[in-house]
Amino acid sequence: MLEFFETITGIPAPLLFGQLLLGLINGAFYAMLSLGLAVIFGLLNIINFTHGSQFMMGAFVAWMLLAWAGIGYWGALVLAPLIVGATGVVIERLMISRLYKLDHLYGLLLTFGIGLMIEGYFRNEFGSSGLPYRIPAELSGAWDLGFMFMPVYRGWVVVFALATCLATWLVIEKTRLGAYLRAATENAPLVQAFGVNVPRMITLTYGAGVGLAALAGVLAAPIYSVNPQMGTNLIIVVFAVVVIGGMGSILGSVITGFSLGVIEGLTKVFWPEASAVVIFVIMAIVLLARPAGLFGRA
Amino acid sequence: MTIATRRGILATGTGLAIGSAIAPLSRARAQGNTIRIGVLTDMAGTYRDNTGPTSVAATREAVAEFGASHGFAVEVIEADHQNRPDVGSNLARQWYDQGVDLILDVPTSSVGLAVNQIAKEKNKAYINVGSATADLTGAQCSPNTIHWAYDTYMLAKSTGGAMVRAGGDSWFFITADYAFGHALERDNAAFVRAAGGRVLGQVRTPFPGTTDFSAFLLQAAATRPKVIGLANAGGDTANCIKQAAEFGITRRGIRLAALLLFVNDVQGIGLQTAQGLVCTESFYWNMNDKTRAWTQRVVRRTPNNYPNMIHAGCYSAALHFLKTVAAMGVPAAKASGLDLVNRMKAAPSEDDLFGRATIRADGRRLIPSYLFEVKAPAESSGPWDFYKLLQTTPAEEAFRPVAEGNCALVRT
Repeated sequence: MLEFFETITGIPAPLLFGQLLLGLINGAFYAMLSLGLAVIFGLLNIINFTHGSQFMMGAFVAWMLLAWAGIGYWGALVLAPLIVGATGVVIERLMISRLYKLDHLYGLLLTFGIGLMIEGYFRNEFGSSGLPYRIPAELSGAWDLGFMFMPVYRGWVVVFALATCLATWLVIEKTRLGAYLRAATENAPLVQAFGVNVPRMITLTYGAGVGLAALAGVLAAPIYSVNPQMGTNLIIVVFAVVVIGGMGSILGSVITGFSLGVIEGLTKVFWPEASAVVIFVIMAIVLLARPAGLFGRA
Repeated sequence: MTIATRRGILATGTGLAIGSAIAPLSRARAQGNTIRIGVLTDMAGTYRDNTGPTSVAATREAVAEFGASHGFAVEVIEADHQNRPDVGSNLARQWYDQGVDLILDVPTSSVGLAVNQIAKEKNKAYINVGSATADLTGAQCSPNTIHWAYDTYMLAKSTGGAMVRAGGDSWFFITADYAFGHALERDNAAFVRAAGGRVLGQVRTPFPGTTDFSAFLLQAAATRPKVIGLANAGGDTANCIKQAAEFGITRRGIRLAALLLFVNDVQGIGLQTAQGLVCTESFYWNMNDKTRAWTQRVVRRTPNNYPNMIHAGCYSAALHFLKTVAAMGVPAAKASGLDLVNRMKAAPSEDDLFGRATIRADGRRLIPSYLFEVKAPAESSGPWDFYKLLQTTPAEEAFRPVAEGNCALVRT
C-alpha cells in the first residue's frame, strides 16, 4: 500500500500522510471560522467582514488575560469568546442593526470598515511584530506516529474544533432555540407574531458567531504568531470556503472547511507556490458550475 | 464582487493616504533655507516595528542632536509606503518635486529598488537603510544612492558562513516567494556551496498569505538537513520558528538559521522559543555605554519598541547627511543630489553607534557585522536583553567585494 502511494505520487508516503494530517488541522480553523460566518449570514444576511479581526481579537484577549490578569489558556478558552462576543453584541446593536433593510453590500462595507479600524487600533497599541503565547503545559509535547511527529496541541485543535462544529450544528438543528432561529431565517415577522423577540435573537446570534471566531483565535494563539495581521491572512481564504460550501449552509461550511484544508495541504507538497491560490481556483470552478455552492440551496 | 469591492476601497484608501502625506509639505515650501528629510517607511504593515515610527524617531533624534546652530532649519516628514512599490514611487516623486532633499529608510526591497530609480532620475539624494537586497549596490547601483546598514550578502556571509563552519554543511531553504527571499536564498546558497556544504533543496512559500509553515517545515525535515535556512522576515520568520519548536524539529538535531531576524522579532517570539537562534545585525542596543545611552533617548520617543540596526542606521545616516550639508552649504546641497552624495561618500561617517565608517564608490557603507545568539530566558537580565555576541566580521570583510557586485559605477 505504502509503496503504491510512493510509486504513483513520487512523494515518500510518510511525508504525504503527514501533509494530509496537517491539512486536516488547518481545515479545523477554516471550519470553525466559516461556521461563524455561515451562522451570521444565515440569520442576519450580513457578510461579516469583521470576522478576521474578531479572530485576531480572540488571540489578543487570550494574551491580555494571561499578561494582565494571570488567567491561563483554559480560562481564556471560556472568557475570550464571551468578551469578544460582547463587543460583537455592541457593534450589532449600535451599527449593523441599522442596515438590515438595505442591500448586502452595505453590511459588507460597514463590517469591512470596522475590521480595518479594529486592526489599525491593535497595530497602534501592540505593534506589528506580535506577542508571545505559549502552548499550555497539559498539551505540550508530541506523539511519534511513525510517519510524523504529531504535536499534542494540534491533535487537540482538531478534536476541539470538531466538537464545537458538532455542538453548533446540534443547537441549530435539534433544539427549540435552533428551531426559532431557522424559522426566523425563513420569515421573521411571522416568528415575531408568535411572541419571539426576534431582534434580541439576531443580536445574540451575531454575538455567538463572533464568539466562535474568537474561540478559533484562542486556539490559534499558541501556534501562530499573535499579531494584528493574523486575521487578514486567513479571512480571505475562509470567505472562499464559505462561497464553495454555499452561503449560510452550516454543515456545508464545516465539511468544505476540512476538505479544503486537506486539498491545500496536498498542494503544499506537489506545487508549494500555488498553495495560496488553489482554494480560489476551486472557488471559481464551483461558482461556474454550481453558483449556490456545493451545499447551498439556489 | 466582494474582492472587487475590497480593491476599490483599498485604492481609495491609498489615494487618501498619499494626499494626506503630501498636504503639509506645500505649506512649508515657502521657506528656502530649510533642509527636508523624508522618511519613507512602513508605518502600519508587517515591518512596522522593524522600521516605521522608530525610524522616524531615530531620525528626529539625529536632527535634535545636530542642533539649530548651522544657519539652516531641518524638517523631518514621514509617510507610509504600505510595502507597495507603486505607492512608494508616487510618494518619492512628489516629495522630490516638492523640495525634499533626502529620502531615508525605505524598507521592503521591491519599494527600495523603485525609489532608487526615481532618485537617479530626479538627481536627488537617497539613503536606503531598511531594504535588504544587495542589488542596490550591485546590478542596480546608482550614483545617487547609499546603502547604509546591512544587505543580503552581509547577512548570508555572517550567519550562513558561521553555521557552515560550525558543522552545518547541508541546508534546506524555506524562502518567501518574492525578490527579497530569492536574493537572500541565492546569497546564502553561494556561501554554503563555497564552504563545501550542500543545498538539499528549497521550498518557495507564497508571500504574503502563508500562516501555517508546518507543512513546509516537515518537507524540509524529511530531507534530513543539518540546517533549515529561513529566507523570510517578520511574521513569517516568527511563525516558522514557533512551529519548528512545536513539531520538535530543533530537538531532532536540525538547526534553524533565521537569515534576517531583528531584536524586535525576538521580542514577538519570546525568548523561550527563540533561545539558541543565531542571527546577524550591525547594531545591538546593549553593546556599550554609548549605544545604551542613545537607546534610552530614542525609547523616550517610542516607548514600546527598542531600536535595531535599521533604526540606528537612520540616525547615523541623517547625522552624516546633515554634517555634509553644513560643510557644503545649503544652496550647493540643493543644487545637485549627485554632488551631495559624492560629498557624503568622500568623507567617512562618524557617530557614537557605528564609529568611523567609509562609503565605497558603489554606495556601500562599510561597517562590521555581528553574529549574535539569542539568550535563554535565564541569561536575560531584563526587558529587551536578548543577544550575546558570538563573532564580529570586520568592516572590510563584511560586505561583497566591489569586483563581484557587477555595479556599472565601478566597472573598469
